[in-house]
Amino acid sequence: MQDRPTIDELLEAVAGYLRDDVMANTQGRTNFHGRVAMNAIEMIRREIATQEEHLGREWDSLDHVLGIQPMPPHLSEVREALTARNRELSERIRAGDADSGDFRKVVMNHLWWTVRDKLLVSNPALAAEGHVTH
Amino acid sequence: MDAATVEAGLKKFIGERTGHEPVITNLARLSGGAGRETWTFDADYGGTHLEGIFRCDPVAGVETSAARTLEYQLLKAAMGAGAIVPEPLWDGDDTFPVKFFIMRRVPGEALGGRLIRGEQYARAREVIPGQLASSLARIHSISAAEHPELLQLTAPAEGVSPAQTELDNYEGVFRTLSPDPHPVFELAFRWLRAHMPNPPERVLVHGDYRLGNFMYDETGVRGIIDWELAHWGDPMEDIGWLAVKSWRFGGQKPMAGIQDYEAFFRDYEAAGGSPVDPARVHFWELFGNLKWGVITISQAFNYFSGRNRTVEMASIGRRTAETEWELLKLLEEAGD
Repeated sequence: MQDRPTIDELLEAVAGYLRDDVMANTQGRTNFHGRVAMNAIEMIRREIATQEEHLGREWDSLDHVLGIQPMPPHLSEVREALTARNRELSERIRAGDADSGDFRKVVMNHLWWTVRDKLLVSNPALAAEGHVTH
Repeated sequence: MDAATVEAGLKKFIGERTGHEPVITNLARLSGGAGRETWTFDADYGGTHLEGIFRCDPVAGVETSAARTLEYQLLKAAMGAGAIVPEPLWDGDDTFPVKFFIMRRVPGEALGGRLIRGEQYARAREVIPGQLASSLARIHSISAAEHPELLQLTAPAEGVSPAQTELDNYEGVFRTLSPDPHPVFELAFRWLRAHMPNPPERVLVHGDYRLGNFMYDETGVRGIIDWELAHWGDPMEDIGWLAVKSWRFGGQKPMAGIQDYEAFFRDYEAAGGSPVDPARVHFWELFGNLKWGVITISQAFNYFSGRNRTVEMASIGRRTAETEWELLKLLEEAGD
């Protein structure tokens, strides 16, 4: 186990440097990229805080759409397994299975919640805007 | 390119065209515009003070679209048709190892969020929608008969609709470049393929006509820029693109974040645009959100492939979810 600072505390320090030193003292392209870098650090902090919950939720939701499968025990394997499941869902949509009817409703509902979780990391302000509730 | 290279090239190039070697000052590379390098400069020669913009491809030997090589001709045609654009000054030659041209710098800024929120732009927000509608109608009036040089731009093949042409193009990019599956995009491609319009019109489509791609100041629009995606197609494509969620920059109205659909359609028709078909605009708005989603994937790919290793390119891959969110909303509204 590493000593303090934690990952989050260290990233917070980097984001602070980008905001208070880089952005405050630069213009143009460097200033713009400083802002993009700071936003990326803040995004990583949100992702680290939520990824276990979000990956588990996406897996459970896909169980509802594609049928139940056991989730790999290690987080490092879950991403690859989820990609395979999303590929399967994509192929079913391409085959026309979700053009209408109950399966379309199930797929749309699943994608609402999954994309919302992605936005909570990448653009929480947009997620908060919401639209139709499901 | 580095600043010294640009400065030396500009001296030589402008010197050859004007007969006076210029003094170049205030040379600086501008941010944004991921597809091209843009530099601002002042040139003083023979009593003339020129405020210029130098546009060039980022890397020598990279495949360039016809629209990119024709950006200078497009600006000339658009200025002739009465659209608000920066004045094109000189098309490039082989002074630099990359393609380039020079245009007059227009005042103002282009950042979308600042127009939506800036208190100093309250008056500009009132006049800009009408100017955008009018300039777009003028661009759509440019004919291939009067501008045969623009026939090099991509156009739908005989018997193929503009919608199918654009869908094939962006679906091809998506299937080639995306490292991950995107079920939302699959739903969008299915819906769009089932609802492709096929109007007889073929006009010059700007292809990237949106907030962020025109210069503005307190008085309104100063110049439509970023012509790299121009092509021949359905005029409703540009109108739908202007309504894409990401191009509202948080603004509450659909057209560029600052205008309602109906008012914009009226202004476009009043400026000589062909009658607006709201259903086709809706098709192109949905397509536009998908197109921007595919572009975010291709820009992130520029980072993965090593072509453009900036934090901007890498981060843009995380904007794909925004387009999925809007697509789900539009698909829900559209029904089966």
